[in-house]
Amino acid sequence: MPASASGGAQKSAAKGGARPAINRTIVEFDKEQELHAYREMLLIRRFEEKAGQMYGMGLIGGFCHLYIGQEAVVVGMQMASKEGDQVITSYRDHGHMLVCGMEPKGVMAELTGRKGGYSKGKGGSMHMFSREKNFFGGHGIVGAQVALGTGLAFANRYRGNDNVSMIYFGDGASNQGQVYESFNMAKLWDLPAIYVIENNKYGMGTSVERSSSNTDLSERGASFGIPGEQVDGMDVRAVMAAAERAIQWAREGKGPYILEMMTYRYRGHSMSDPAKYRSKDEVQKMRNDHDPIEQVRQRLIDAGLASEADLKAIDKEIRAVVSEAAEFAQTDPEPDESELWTDIVMEETL
Amino acid sequence: MPIQVLMPALSPTMEEGNLAKWVKQEGDAIAIGDVIAEIETDKATMEVEAVEEGTLGKIMVPEGSEGVKVNSLIALILEEGEDASALDAAASAPAAAAEQSASVVDAAAPVPAAPVTLDDVQDEPEIPEGTPMTSLTVREALRDAMSEEMRRDDRVFVMGEEVAQYQGAYKITQGMLDEFGSKRVIDTPITEHGFTGLAAGAAMAGLRPIVEFMTFNFAMQAIDHIINSSAKTLYMSGGQITNPIVFRGANGAAARVAAQHSQDYSAWYSQVPGLIVMQPYTAADAKGMLKAAIRSENPVVFLENEILYGHSFDVPDIEDHIVPIGKARIARKGDDVTIISFGIGMTYALQAAEELAKEGINAEVIDLRTLRPLDMDTVLRSVIKTGRCVTVEEGWPQCSISSELGFRIMEQTFDYLDAPVARVTGKDVPMPYAANLEKLALPNVGEVIAAVKAVTYSA
Repeated sequence: MPASASGGAQKSAAKGGARPAINRTIVEFDKEQELHAYREMLLIRRFEEKAGQMYGMGLIGGFCHLYIGQEAVVVGMQMASKEGDQVITSYRDHGHMLVCGMEPKGVMAELTGRKGGYSKGKGGSMHMFSREKNFFGGHGIVGAQVALGTGLAFANRYRGNDNVSMIYFGDGASNQGQVYESFNMAKLWDLPAIYVIENNKYGMGTSVERSSSNTDLSERGASFGIPGEQVDGMDVRAVMAAAERAIQWAREGKGPYILEMMTYRYRGHSMSDPAKYRSKDEVQKMRNDHDPIEQVRQRLIDAGLASEADLKAIDKEIRAVVSEAAEFAQTDPEPDESELWTDIVMEETL
Repeated sequence: MPIQVLMPALSPTMEEGNLAKWVKQEGDAIAIGDVIAEIETDKATMEVEAVEEGTLGKIMVPEGSEGVKVNSLIALILEEGEDASALDAAASAPAAAAEQSASVVDAAAPVPAAPVTLDDVQDEPEIPEGTPMTSLTVREALRDAMSEEMRRDDRVFVMGEEVAQYQGAYKITQGMLDEFGSKRVIDTPITEHGFTGLAAGAAMAGLRPIVEFMTFNFAMQAIDHIINSSAKTLYMSGGQITNPIVFRGANGAAARVAAQHSQDYSAWYSQVPGLIVMQPYTAADAKGMLKAAIRSENPVVFLENEILYGHSFDVPDIEDHIVPIGKARIARKGDDVTIISFGIGMTYALQAAEELAKEGINAEVIDLRTLRPLDMDTVLRSVIKTGRCVTVEEGWPQCSISSELGFRIMEQTFDYLDAPVARVTGKDVPMPYAANLEKLALPNVGEVIAAVKAVTYSA
């Protein structure tokens, strides 16, 4: 994997004067990386489209928050991480799970509330975990994962390993008090925590401008001395470059780092959100000019790294994976009624 | 085979909607993500996006249609290479929708809980006769429990406000910083919500945190993590993520600290599935119960009492004194009435029993120790024997531990009761500051004696 092309100059968060613009420094991808990013993002996109469709058919209940549009963020971050690094996020979590290597079948079956789901059907869209894949949820309370994720970082420090914890939250959560309680402790103890703020511009229906006194969320760590930067979250190469800077910083024991990913969700906050708070033009412009998957596709074609036919074949392959997951999620039985009473507490052995 | 487009459900509760507008017309090419129609629900207008590509072959439900049921066929999309002749067969095929039937749960008719049947038990003392004893305060016992467990398991650490350099706001952690160092005895900022979440996350990652709340009043800032993050995660993860964490600290009224610093949370936490809730009275139990709590794989809320910290009791002077979770203790044997209490409530219960004995009423006094799960076996066995019961606690009366005990006793031993169960609780008011009012707000020995006389009809 090529080194970051960023040049490595880290900005200090505690600074005066004008801020640099959004960091668009990229890692130059080779063919393998471009194709990897393309596949991963496309898997999320197709998976989420299918989830939306199945929600519409009444096969998925409750709340369902889709990640469509934001794919480059988690894919780029994960490309810079290593085995043993932990991931924790909010309820908009399907993409994170897929990129962590969790089985699409198990994730989709959880969405339909079936036995073969990652939580045996007892968690649903917002509450899934995989200890094996170091994915720690899936949290339904806005901002809770920030303190919990800081605890994952604390555990790394306590054990003396060099793993880092990647803690994802949205622009909405960035106004929760516990985020700042966490920032304070993370810097106080120099915990290896990467705070990834996925700024998709709206906390449900409220824009960042209407909710935040300072809309530059990357500065939110300034009073704690935590460095932060705004990153082009629609370009997977820029995400990876930023992730490499932040992860290196944390692994070296310098403490937490904030990455504000400038991204966009195409769909509503959840399936039942008609998204009337923004114009169609705004959405269409993002899709046309900044789509994270289309950017990679275009580069692959322009550079002659892949043909239309090659990409169509990948698309077909991914559709098959998603169809298989959807099929499993519809045919797998519901959990046995006895599951109502299991997993409440561990049996006491003393 | 053309692709069926069905009327989508757009919220968890939507059953039907209006087809407001077709954005694409028959014959139009469709790419994934294109908006093909607009649908109105009672809440909003929503766009329907194509999830397959092709050509819009046939519109089955014209625009302007009202009351279109969720999952009914609204259009057909022709895939690449298909022509209109494929439409007829598809249109007549049943919609591939999930069956939606009105949900009627097979609810069993409510039946009275089965009267209890209890096996004979061996009446063995918990601490064998002749065990060497040392007199310790509750404070020392709690410290010894933590220190022993930290020597035994290096995943165990304690964090909280003033636990390290200050040696504990109530000196429970005295000396521990010296022995274990600042890595494992951790002073936190005053940031309950944050450090409780941090500790809960560390437990998910496999460490075994002890979180000290200076008092449980401040844990209200952190209760979201105790309940939503710790208590529910084992269930929500289908059994994958364990949460071995102890939340401990002073609970309930101290003395003259008024409403915000004088609340008993026993009933609050005991309501939550996924938690273990314990409250010790003696130093021996404080030690044995806390050791069990630290070794538990479950999140444990461990409620202490500031006034009891300085009380001394005999503690077994043995290698590994453990009191199992979920076991009540019969603190005094008797046949005439059962008095059930826990924590500092035991001071009223035991004194009342002493006084009553002088009048010839022999009370059996049960110390619950674990409030969730309740040791109903011990409780019911005693109530069956005595036929009369008084509960004692400092917490508020509504939805209290007493309420729960009374209900379960009624459900399971109704026919054995010779009198209604009576309760002595804190009064239903915020804790006042004035000395005389505070005294009135708390239970006292006289109230327990009066309640016993009422249920034994000996007043």
